[in-house]
Amino acid sequence: MDSTDATLTILGLGVVTLLARSFFLLPQRELPMPPLVRRALKYAPLAALVAIIVPEVVMTRGALIPTWADARLIAALAAAGWFAWRRGILGTIAVGMLVFLPLRLGLGW
Amino acid sequence: MVTRPLAESIAALRELSRHPQFRRGMRELLPMLPGMAAWGLVTGVAMVKSGLGVGTALLMTFVVYAGSAQLAALPLMAAGAPMWVIWLTAFVVNLRFVIYSAQWRFYLGHLPRLQRVLIGYVAGDVNYAVFIRTWPEPRPEPGQLPHLLGGILVMWGGWQVMSVLGILLADVVPVHWGLGFAGTLALIGLSGSLLGDRATWVSAGVAAAAAVAAFALPYKLHIVVAVAAAVAAGLLMEGPGSSLGRPLRSSIRAAR
Repeated sequence: MDSTDATLTILGLGVVTLLARSFFLLPQRELPMPPLVRRALKYAPLAALVAIIVPEVVMTRGALIPTWADARLIAALAAAGWFAWRRGILGTIAVGMLVFLPLRLGLGW
Repeated sequence: MVTRPLAESIAALRELSRHPQFRRGMRELLPMLPGMAAWGLVTGVAMVKSGLGVGTALLMTFVVYAGSAQLAALPLMAAGAPMWVIWLTAFVVNLRFVIYSAQWRFYLGHLPRLQRVLIGYVAGDVNYAVFIRTWPEPRPEPGQLPHLLGGILVMWGGWQVMSVLGILLADVVPVHWGLGFAGTLALIGLSGSLLGDRATWVSAGVAAAAAVAAFALPYKLHIVVAVAAAVAAGLLMEGPGSSLGRPLRSSIRAAR
């Protein structure tokens, strides 16, 4: 991809970000929202986040990790455990990385 | 001619920075910053490592400003995929923002269009989750706008500083450390704060299973499958009063 194409692609990606993030803010009038859609909003954002996170943690190159000896799995479990206990996001990141880095760098998991 | 609006906007900014809700918005976002900073750094490095020049990478960080979409687009750009494929993939990865924007509408709908669209453009996952936690009632209230702007400023600033550092120091930052995992950990905490009653737990479990099962779909469409399955599961969990549950259940009975 030459630099003109790359620039064009990136400008398009900027439009994609704008369109996605402002999708329902763009119309001048409020769009009528059926009650069913309104209630679906309770579940959809969490589902989208989970759908991004879980494959990052449990999959490698499109397949489930075949072993428990993986730094991501153990660190994610430790981080989730910490969050369930203390409910702090800073602690969740710190605990997760404290488990992740020694396993990744020390044991090569 | 030009100086007066400039002076006015500087005065408005100064007033905004003194607003207690603006400071609260900044403070509430700070715990998320280390995760986002590490993720920004890794995204900066990834842009250069996948072959973008420094100028193009800088353009990308400031124009696109969407980490997960950037990371999804980079391998496609490196492979020379058609532009529409790259754009479509990024849009699917960004679909959660479309859902957030439906909720932003309740809070920001009264603002002038340009203003609300620009705010939406720079409001990411963390801004959304923290804002919804602070203002659970979907209606405009005084103090919301400064609160949101404070959060956006912290996230945008933290992300861009680290992303630019990553772009400039791409050859020095140790990629094999897997520092980007800090971003995933931040999102894990974020998801945890959205978990509530039993229906949300079941719905999240269904989303996880569906995302893994449908992972092989192109254009990251597994996210769409997971959201559809999770919403259906959540609404079914709400019981007989659910307007989706009733027709679904009666059709199941009819099938028997």
